[in-house]
Amino acid sequence: MEGPTSTGIPNRKLAMWTFIGSECMLFGTLIATYMIYRGRNLVPPYPHDLLNIPFITVTTFVLLMSSLMMVLALAAVQRNDLRATKLWLALTALFGLIFLGGQYYEFSHFVHEGLPLSRNLFSSTFFVLTGTHGAHVAGGVIWLGTLLVRAIDGKLDARHAETVEIAGLYWHFVDVVWIILFTLIYLLV
Amino acid sequence: MSRQSAEAHPSTRLYVAIAVILAALTALEVMVFYIEALAPVLIPILIVMMAAKFALVAMFFMHLKSDGPVLTAIFAWAVFIATAIVVGLMAIFGKFAG
Repeated sequence: MEGPTSTGIPNRKLAMWTFIGSECMLFGTLIATYMIYRGRNLVPPYPHDLLNIPFITVTTFVLLMSSLMMVLALAAVQRNDLRATKLWLALTALFGLIFLGGQYYEFSHFVHEGLPLSRNLFSSTFFVLTGTHGAHVAGGVIWLGTLLVRAIDGKLDARHAETVEIAGLYWHFVDVVWIILFTLIYLLV
Repeated sequence: MSRQSAEAHPSTRLYVAIAVILAALTALEVMVFYIEALAPVLIPILIVMMAAKFALVAMFFMHLKSDGPVLTAIFAWAVFIATAIVVGLMAIFGKFAG
């Protein structure tokens, strides 16, 4: 167990929040690039021809609900309910995988419709921005998978609640980034 | 995690309520998108709803509401700088002109 700290905040939690702060800068620059080139696309296909709002709304809903699963996993591990912890961690990872499957389908559809990465300004900025986010989701799913394996091995209990909370902070950050991207890319098209 | 912070975290019922609000706001965003009469005010409406969803996740799911001001300050400062980067670069590249 970690001892008391001068800030009163556990060191690992402070480190995760500092990392999240640096991630804000990363996504800030990528969003700025997307917004600068938005509407300046001279080569077809154009975003409004390809973006499927109903489909992305469903995957957005899935990612939002995965955040609920994550906090329920944290609540379960805090009360030392190992069975519920495993269930909610597995569902969080599953919802993350469904989101990634949706993103894979969307990317494949775009490429099939003649929009590879280097086709135009929209494709370059869109794929880099949403692809970077997708890579973060994939990293989160792997992290959740390691926690799930520990839970299945019986090595995750209330003493490790902070470990689950830190993974949750990362997962929720990925969620808030998507809240922004969903509005800026899909609804303000 | 300290016992104090674990006890301060929201209840399961509140977590579910926040998730329902997030889902409702997302549905509302998409509805607004399809209502042509709201086109002139679409951008401010969507930005407000996006900010509301962002704040709900940060405050309740990320526990900033209960975890004290230091972590909130770290995150708020980072979000402020990132927003300034986006708005500043958009202004430099003429996205707000005319």
